Parts: sequence; C-alpha cells; structure tokens
Amino acid sequence: MKKVIGLLTAVGLMVSPLVQAGTVTVSGSTSVAHVMEVLAENYQNTANKNVEVQSTGSSAGIRAAKDGTSMIGMSSRNVKQSELNSDTKEIVIARDGIAAAVNNANSVTSLTQTQISKIYRGEINNWSEVGGESRPIVVVTRENGSGTRGAFEEIMKLQRTVNGHIVTAITPRAQVGNGNGMIKTIVANNPYAIGYISLGSVDSSLRAIDVDGIAATDDNIATGDYQIARPFIVLMDKDAPRNAQDFIDYILSEDGQGIVASEGYIRVK
Amino acid sequence: MSTTSKARAQGLQLAPAKNYDWKELFFHLLFLASAMIGVASVTTIGWFVFQEGLPAFKEAGVLNLVFGREWLPPALYGILPMIMSTLISTAGAVIIGVPIAILTAVFLAELAPKWLANIVRPAVELLAGIPSVVYGFFGLIIIVPAIETIFNIPAGNTILAGIIVLAIMILPTVITISETSLRALPPVYKEGALALGASHIYTVFKVLIPAARSGIFTGVALGVARAIGETMAIIMVMGNAPAMPGSILEPARTLTANIAMEMSYATGIHSSALYSTGIVLLVFIVLLNASLLFLNRKRSY
Repeated sequence: MKKVIGLLTAVGLMVSPLVQAGTVTVSGSTSVAHVMEVLAENYQNTANKNVEVQSTGSSAGIRAAKDGTSMIGMSSRNVKQSELNSDTKEIVIARDGIAAAVNNANSVTSLTQTQISKIYRGEINNWSEVGGESRPIVVVTRENGSGTRGAFEEIMKLQRTVNGHIVTAITPRAQVGNGNGMIKTIVANNPYAIGYISLGSVDSSLRAIDVDGIAATDDNIATGDYQIARPFIVLMDKDAPRNAQDFIDYILSEDGQGIVASEGYIRVK
Repeated sequence: MSTTSKARAQGLQLAPAKNYDWKELFFHLLFLASAMIGVASVTTIGWFVFQEGLPAFKEAGVLNLVFGREWLPPALYGILPMIMSTLISTAGAVIIGVPIAILTAVFLAELAPKWLANIVRPAVELLAGIPSVVYGFFGLIIIVPAIETIFNIPAGNTILAGIIVLAIMILPTVITISETSLRALPPVYKEGALALGASHIYTVFKVLIPAARSGIFTGVALGVARAIGETMAIIMVMGNAPAMPGSILEPARTLTANIAMEMSYATGIHSSALYSTGIVLLVFIVLLNASLLFLNRKRSY
C-alpha cells in the first residue's frame, strides 16, 4: 500500500509541472491584484486557461517579472529604469485616480496641489485659510506602506529624507484609517475632515474636490489633466510564453477593458 | 531459599508493578499533553516573536526603539508614543470600568432581587460575546460624535473614545469573576459581621470585598489584559495617529493597532519593527501577570 502511495506521489510530482505549464503566473501590487483577480476569473471562464494571481506589492512584482519568477509582474506606480532590464516590456492596463475627498457639508469645492500638500504637511490647519469656514482641518490618511498612500505622497511631493531613507512628510497628527472604507466612514461622518481614496470608491456619502480647478473624473484622468492619478502597469519579458501574451491581449480587449471600467478604474483603450 | 528472599518474593506478589495499569497511564499522559498545549503555544509564539523582532532591535537599537518618539518607517522606529497611548487607554479603562464592574458584582451577589439578577446577569454575559468590531462600530457612530459635541473638538476619534469603549469591553470579565469570588465566600463572614451589628453596606465594603480581593484582582488583571490586547475596536475609534498624544482628547495609536494596521504591507526591517512592538506588548503582559502573583501572594478567599 505504501509503495502504491509513494508511486502515485512520484508520478503526481512529475506530471504536475506539465499541468502547471499552462498556468499564467501573475504577482505584484495589491491594488492591481484586486482588478487582476476579476480579470483572471473571467479569462478562465471564457478561454478556459488557468491564471494564478498573487498580491505581493509593487516592488516585489517588478522584481518577479525581472527575475522571471512570475510571467507577469504588476505595479501600481511608475517603474524606475534601474528596476528594469532591456528585455522587460511595460504595458499600462488601466489608470486609477486618487480623489481628495471632503464631507458633503464642507463648502470648499476646489484646492490647489500646493494647498493639499500643505494641509497634509500640517502647515495649513484651518479651513478659513483655503476659503472655507473657520474650523480646524481634520487630516485623514492611509497607513504606512499602502499603495494609495505611496502614490499620493509621490504625486503630491509629500516625501522627505531622514537618515538617507525616503519617509513620509504627512503630519504624524493626522488620523490614520486602514483601507478606503475606513477613510470614507471617517470623512462621511466628520464635516471638517479631508481624506484621499481611490476614485472608484467615491460615492454620494462624500465629495471629491477639484484639484487645480479640474474635476476628478474619468475623462480628465484619461486626458492627463487631473494630476493625482497612477497607472496600473504590467511587466512582462519579451520572450514570455504565448499564453501570458494571450492574457495581456485579453485584458486590453473590449471585454477586459469593460471589466476594468466596471471595477471602478479608468480604461486605457 | 532463605527467609529474607521468601519475604521479598511475597512483597513482589502484593505489588501490582508487573502489570501496568494502561488506562491510568493513558489518562495521565492525556492530561499532561493537554496541559502542555498551552505551554507549547506560548513558548512557540514567544520564540517566533523574538526571532522576527530582533533584527529591528539590532538595526535601530533597543533604546531608540523603545524610547524613540518618531515612527517614520523606514528611517525611524520609535514606539514610545504607542507605549504611552496603550498605558493611558488601559489605565483609563480600568479607572472607569473596574468600579462600575465591582459595584455590579456586589449588586448581583448581595443586593439584587432574584428576578432582577436574572435580567442583569444574562445581559452582562451577552456583553462578553459581542465581537469587538461591533464595539468599534458602536463607538464610531455613538461615542465619537458625542465627544465632538460635548468637548467641541473637530474630531472625536480620540483616546477618550478608546477609553470608553475599552471600559465597556472589560465589564463582563471583571463582573463575572468578581461575582463568583464574592459568592464563594463562606457565609460565616457575612453572618458574623451582621451579628456584630454592622450594616449590610458596611459589611460589603469592609468585610466581603476585602475577603474576595484575590478573585477581584484576578478579574481586574484579565480585564487589563483584554484592554491591552484589544485591536479592532481601538483602530476604529482612536484615530491611530502615531504622534505622542498631548491629552486624552487627541488621536493616538496603541501597540496592537500599530501591528494590525501596517502588517499587511510591511517588509524587511519595517515588518521586524512591528514584531518588536509585539515583544514590548509581551513584556507588558508578563509584568502584569507578575504583579498579579505578587498581589495575590497571601491567598485569601
């Protein structure tokens, strides 16, 4: 009996790579993984091919694509040249806007990038300094390491260097919420709060403010007018297997981009 | 055969040693194994947390980490603000929660008519079963706006909100254990005090509560442990700002909240620093239990 089990295991081990070879492996940014999982599921249903998605973070995803540990890497930030080698292709599959949001009762409708940056640095503390009523500003931010916070800090230049490390310049007195939902609840319940969330998460419970006079809409992000946006990038080796390329083609097809839009992100095609 | 060896042989016959009582042995081992699961778990968790947390201590230095005032990963890993907010919120919860709990326990054990006790006791026990995320939501919707209105501050997500939620959360633990230890007192204590002419209330405060203090201390210690360890509800109501709190009307982040909030994204030394936050937490719990043993060294009822 033991021998039979052993034999079966050995055969299984030998066969499994053959089965696995058809699987497309994808790893990287947690934000991209969110929409990638939905895409993978639909792709599996329509094309009947396996896709395995792991969320490990943008930096890990870029490294995985470069090393070849995953066929496809995902990143929710711009990739630095030093992180790539000449054979890696970068493909933008969607865009995600970050909305600076305030409570519905707040009279402020528009802020400049500099004003938002100063609010988050703790240099502007009162709504009257930016044209609102004379009440203190309650600053709400995401936790350290969150992709949304990383992108927001990068775009709004909310970074400084301490001991040779790049760290956040957001005031430590800011309230911290973990997740878009938490930020939404705090801002929706506090008339003096300002927070930032993924544009796809904005609903009627709070209001996205115009940045530099430009409304946070899908169209304005697609044209590049609205500045607080980040690309969802996939990285792939030039010589990646055929089925990885097929999956990317599916994402960029009408069906794939439809799913991107229905998940609340902005289509690129 | 000499008489001595004969006697020895007879003695051997009497002893059941040849024949192991396997059933007895099995249950002995079963009890031992059950007792060891707890010990093994705490050892494994301790070893794991130290293993993961030590790199951060090496990188940042123990003093910089424990007494650092700034939390700026990946440059600075100071957790003093979080140690302070954990201590303040727990102390506040004990100051508010424990007197209420002890008075409730006395009421249930001594004063309440049976029908009323039968309403209060299940209510208290139900409180223990409510998940902490529900406490957090309750705090966010009821307590936080109330604090904003009462103190006229822009944001109610403050240490005070955390204290109130924690005070309610520790009630069932302290009440149940205190009531049990009050009920376990020999009736002669109460009878003796009443026979000497002491009033009922005087008896409660001067005889019964002091006599039951060992059980009450245990209840308080378990309550404190619950307050130190509470995470979800605290994340929802305390604002989680990693700055040193200036008063209880400012947002703050506790040690457990720090671990829970940043664990999902942290890598390298940052993740290790979160485990060292866990080490500090573990040290707190050990100190708490040690002081409990010290307070209870003279055991009474």
